[in-house]
This record gives sequence, structure tokens and C-alpha cells, in this order.
Amino acid sequence: MTASILAVDDSASLRMAIRIALTGAGYTVTEAGDGVEGLTKATSTKFDMIVTDLNMPNMDGLSMIRELRKQPAQAGVPIIFLTTESDPEMKNQAKAAGATGWLVKPFVPDQLVKVARKVLGR
Amino acid sequence: MIADDPIAAFRVEAGEVLDQVEQALLDLGHRLDDADLVNAVFRGLHTLKGSGAMFGFDALAGFTHHCETAFDRVRKGQVPATAGLVSVILSAQDHMRALVEGDAPAADGDAILARLQAAIDEASGTTPAAASAPAATGWQIAFRLPADAMANGTNPLMLLDELRELGDCTVVARTDKVPPLADLVPTECHIGWDVTLLGDVKRDDIEDVFIFVMDDMELSIEPLGLADADAAADAAGTDEAPVLAEAAAPVATAATADSPAARSTAKAEESVRVPAGRLDALMDRVGELVIAQSRLSQCADRGQDLVLRSVSEEIERLAGELRDTMMVLRMVPVGSLFSRFRRLIHDLARDTGKTIEFETEGEATEVDKTVIERLFDPMVHLIRNSCDHGLETPEDRIAAGKPAAGSVRLAAHQAGGEVVITIRDDGRGINRARVRAKAEANGLIQPDQALNDHELLQMIFAPGFSTAATVTNLSGRGVGMDVVKRTIEGLRGSIDVQSTEGEGSLIALRIPLTLAIIDGLLVRAGSGRYVIPLTAVEECIELSLEDDMRHRGRSLITLREKLVPFLRLREIFATDTRPDPFQKIVVVSTPQGRVGLVVDQIIGNHQTVIKPMSALHRDAATFAGATILGDGEVALILDIAQLIALGQPREETLRAAG
Repeated sequence: MTASILAVDDSASLRMAIRIALTGAGYTVTEAGDGVEGLTKATSTKFDMIVTDLNMPNMDGLSMIRELRKQPAQAGVPIIFLTTESDPEMKNQAKAAGATGWLVKPFVPDQLVKVARKVLGR
Repeated sequence: MIADDPIAAFRVEAGEVLDQVEQALLDLGHRLDDADLVNAVFRGLHTLKGSGAMFGFDALAGFTHHCETAFDRVRKGQVPATAGLVSVILSAQDHMRALVEGDAPAADGDAILARLQAAIDEASGTTPAAASAPAATGWQIAFRLPADAMANGTNPLMLLDELRELGDCTVVARTDKVPPLADLVPTECHIGWDVTLLGDVKRDDIEDVFIFVMDDMELSIEPLGLADADAAADAAGTDEAPVLAEAAAPVATAATADSPAARSTAKAEESVRVPAGRLDALMDRVGELVIAQSRLSQCADRGQDLVLRSVSEEIERLAGELRDTMMVLRMVPVGSLFSRFRRLIHDLARDTGKTIEFETEGEATEVDKTVIERLFDPMVHLIRNSCDHGLETPEDRIAAGKPAAGSVRLAAHQAGGEVVITIRDDGRGINRARVRAKAEANGLIQPDQALNDHELLQMIFAPGFSTAATVTNLSGRGVGMDVVKRTIEGLRGSIDVQSTEGEGSLIALRIPLTLAIIDGLLVRAGSGRYVIPLTAVEECIELSLEDDMRHRGRSLITLREKLVPFLRLREIFATDTRPDPFQKIVVVSTPQGRVGLVVDQIIGNHQTVIKPMSALHRDAATFAGATILGDGEVALILDIAQLIALGQPREETLRAAG
């Protein structure tokens, strides 16, 4: 069975880039346009991994990660956040919120696939 | 082609971001100390830099980076926003627009940056260099994850697997910190690991394995043989973590630089835009060619000329291939249709106050362009119905034990010569009692009329039918479902509804892949010849005179222990001829199940170019069109759904009489 990944980003082009990279590597990708949509989707369907941006309207990535980690069903689900922030503070906050790892934007598709393989092991 | 091209999508988005930045800058010019505006500008620049670099707009990313850095100082309050600064950033913003659209002279950018530098006290940044350690022949690694690591998605087994990929590993688990069972929290990680890794592995590669957890974990990586030499080295792992994470960024930028160019040239060669009218004209020519070809093959079959026959077969093959290629040219992915509903769902959710989750599946399924265009309106109606009548309010949903967010799913897949598009919601389903009451009130059925579940659900497609207690401005006034049904049938498709009360509804549209040419089964009933769309045909069986007599009045045959009703085309079309001694039954599949059509003779497969019926014959609903046979004669194409609808009451009166 292919692993399913939820991509949360308010930028359609970035979601598209994520989708193209991950589906190309054999994963199934579902998209969400902001934290609220991401939270709703992840709550109704269990994903094998979640990739999320941090800066988003409605609900930012940090709050979404915190909300997700409150749900027992999300324990152990890898959450990777995308960040362009150069200050380590953002990274620490996201990690404290319960994120598994991160990917620094800009990235090439291979890097995203590598991270997915790393946390999913497949 | 925006749907598939991230670069085109980026251009559109970047334009929007720049519009917002421009607006914020213009406002900022009037309110220099408005922190919200400063933040808005900064966010816009930040987004543009990040996504610009991702999609290969390196000049844009580089230029924007400088502006962002400068503006970051305003944001942090180190430099006040001045009118001069705003005007420089405004012209910088124009330059960014030029960079997004195509090439802009680099000199312009440099001039703007120089002005920017003049407008702001520039401070230079430094990039940390990544340190790499010498390779060793082996490493002794000891690590212990933070307690919450597993809950946060880190799987220690995968870390061990990654280490094993680097070289031969001997792994020993340290269980000294596992608490007594009573105190054990099963989701926490209590085990530490000692790993001996053999091989010519760089220290960086090992640290890469732990990159996501390095900040919070205990980790020591020692060259083999020196494990207990210097305990202070333990701290090294933690110290180097930020350096490593930072190092990832420059690598990424370098790697992006060469790929997008290759990507965009590949795209340019892939597609050519052609006006739809030309495709239609080509389609007509192909249609005529197919007719001419079938006349040719009839001539060839009649004569004894083997050379003519082989040429004819060759042309038949080529015409078939040409037809198939033509079909593919007209195909577009159904995703382009689906994506148009995203906005609709969004607006519906806003107007109804419901939370609606919209998912699509099978976007890559391809359908004829004309079909896609004609599907839009009926699907808008069906989706509106699902959102407005089907889905409950969040409160009702929670009360019914469902998730607050309702779900609407569009899915498409190809099944034979048809595309099946389904619209599924998890709402309240169709209330049979209300449908029945409404149908009775409208005089569509008699109060005591017995209907099975399927017939009852079909009532929603009757003209002037609407079940919603209140008519909202979204779902219209019940003028829709019959129109939807007619439109779908006009596409030679069918519509079927399934619904479970309390659980939701599923509407399935079955649409032929193309409108213009179909594969048909040519049959004869009496002296008339008819074409049955091959996609509907399941099998052909013989109906002996004996069987025919025995079943007279019942019109049912037993087919593999299932009863299948059948209709006699000779009777429906009143041919006034005697049946052939060996009649055949063509079993066709319909949404209502299998139905047999009794014909006198099955002539064979026939590639059929559909010609619309003339205005005079348009009311003859049992025919989907006509086609010209190889000998120049006309055969009518049967509209199976209509034919069966027509046949059913006939059978019922026959049954009542018999």
C-alpha cells in the first residue's frame, strides 16, 4: 500500500510542487490550503505523514501541529514543517509543538522525497 | 494548462502577492508607523523569495532577498520606515514583477539595490560554513531519544535502519532506564542504543541520520577505539546541530539552479494549442472516412479480388487507428472540470454556514472535451444539492454522531467505453417518506401505488420535483433534477442515485468517452436494422422458438440462475413480420440491471459514426441517432435507457392482461 501524505500550504504552487515531487516517488498526496483545512482532513482521515507550511492564514502551522498532537490518533504520525526562517527560534517552537522534522525552503523535489523516505522508511 | 504547470501557477500567484505588497506599500506611504502594513510587506517579500527560488526564479529570489533583508530591519524596529524607503521598495516591487514575467536587465536591479542601500543603513550578513570531519574506519555511537520523540513521529527503528544503510552495525539496546511496569508510559521511549558502525563513513552522514532529533537527544559519536578516551566530547554532537541544519539551505539553492531550465524547455515541446473548431472539423472528416471505408470493405468482401481485399483491410486498420488517435486528441483530464468546483464548494460552505470537506479522486481520467463542457452545469446542480440538501449543519451532524465537517467527494474512473463520475456526500441521505409524500402531492404517483426503492428514488428526477422543506437561494426551486437527467441522457449517459438515510447519497453519472463515434452491434429486427451501443452489450444468447412460446406473456428468461426480463424489438417497433426461427437475445446492462433485447438476427460489430436525427424525428426518444451503413442504407442507433423505459409499461400492461 502506498503511503498517504497530507500537504498543507496556502500557496497552490508549493502544494503542486509537493504533490508532483511526492506522487512521482509513489506516495499519495492530499492537499489542504490552510491550517483549518489541514486539521479537518487529518482528523477525518489518518495520514502516514503530514507536510506543512508554518505561515498560513486562518490557522498557522504551529497551532495546527499543536492541535494535531492533542489527538491520541496522531501520536507517532510524522509531521514535517517547511521553513524559510533562518532564526532557530521558529524551528524550536515547531519542534516543541510536536513536529518531527523540517525541510528548509527552497528545496528540490529530491530533498522532500528523501525526508519522506527518512521518516516513513519506505 | 495552469492545472499542471507549477511555474505558470507560480507566476499567477506571484502577481497576486506583488499586488498585495504594492497595496500595503502605498498605504504605508501614508501611515509610516503602521506595524501591520510593515509586516504585510515583509510577509509578501518573504513568500516571493521562498517560492521564487523553488521554481527556479533565481534572479527574483536573489533580488527579493536583499529587499527582504533590508525591510526586516524596519520590521524589527532597527530602522524607521521613511517615505524614501517606501518609494525605493515600490520601484523594487516593479522590478520583481518584471523578473516574474521574464527577463529584466540586471543593471536595473543593481541600481535599485544601490538606492536601497543608500536609503537604509546596510549591515552585511555572514553565512556559516559547514565543517566536515575526517572519515574514520568505524564509529561507536550511543544515543537516547527524548521521551516524547515517538509520539512526535520519530521512529527509532528507522533511525537504526538508516544507520544500517551506512555500514555494518552491531546494535545493543540499553534497557537500564526502562521503568517498572506500573510506571511505564507506553508511548514514551525508554530505551537507549549503543551502535558499533563499521565502514568508511563520514561523521556528517551519521549526524544526518539524527538531524531532526539532535537538538534534544543524548548522542555521542566516537571514532572506534577512542570511545572512552574523552568524555567531554559528548557535548560535541549538541553543539554542532545548528550548524548542520543551516548548511542545508545553501546546498538547496545550488541544486535548484540547474533543474528548472531543463524542466521548462521540456514543457514547451510537449503541447501545441489548437482551436477546438479545427479538431471538430478533423473529427467530421474522420467520420466520413470511416463511412467510406466501411463501404469499401463491403465492396471488397463481395468481390473475389484478393488484392482489393487486402488493401481494404489495410485501410480499415488505418482508419481505426486514425479514429482512436483522433479520440485521444479530444480528450482532456476531468481534473480541469473538478477543480472548477473548489470555489463553488467554498462559497457554498460560506453561504450555508457548513463546514465542507471537498475531495477529488481520479482527476487524470480523460473525457471528450465536449462532454466535459456539457457536464459542468448538471454537476454544479448536483453538488449544490449535496451541500445544501444533503449535508446537515455542524450541530446536526455532531448530534448524529458524525464529524462536524461534511464531506463531498468527486471521483472519476473509466469503465470500458464509459467514464463513471460519482458525487458522494455523507449527509442525511434521501428521506423516502418525504419523496413519496411529495410525489403524491404533485400527482406523480397514486397514494396507494406500490413502488420499489429504486423507483421511489427515481421520483426525484421527475419534472417539478423538490423535497427541501425550505427553498434556499442555493438549490433553486426544484427545476433542476429533471433537467440534469435530460442533459446527461443527451450525452448518451445515464444517472443513477443511491442513498442511505442518515449516511449520505451517491449519484453516479455514466458518460460515454466520446460523442461522435461508437462501436456498435448491428442487429436486424423485421426488415429494419439497428445499432446497439457495444458498451452496453454483455452477451448474446439464442432464444429458440420453443423457449419463446413457453415464456410468452412473461418475457423472462433464466440466465445463470437469475431472471432477466426481455423486450421484443419486433413488438416495440411493430414490424408486423414473423419472427425468425432462431431469434437472438442481446443482453444489455443498464443501471436497473440486465435486460434482454430480442432480435431476429445479429449482423455483427459495426463502427458507427453518429449522425443526429433530423428535427422532424427528434421526438423519437428511443433512438440516440442514426448511422449510414456501408451499403448506403440508414440504421437507427438504439437509446437503451429510453427503450427500456418505454418497454416497461408495455410489459406491465401485457402482464396485467395475461
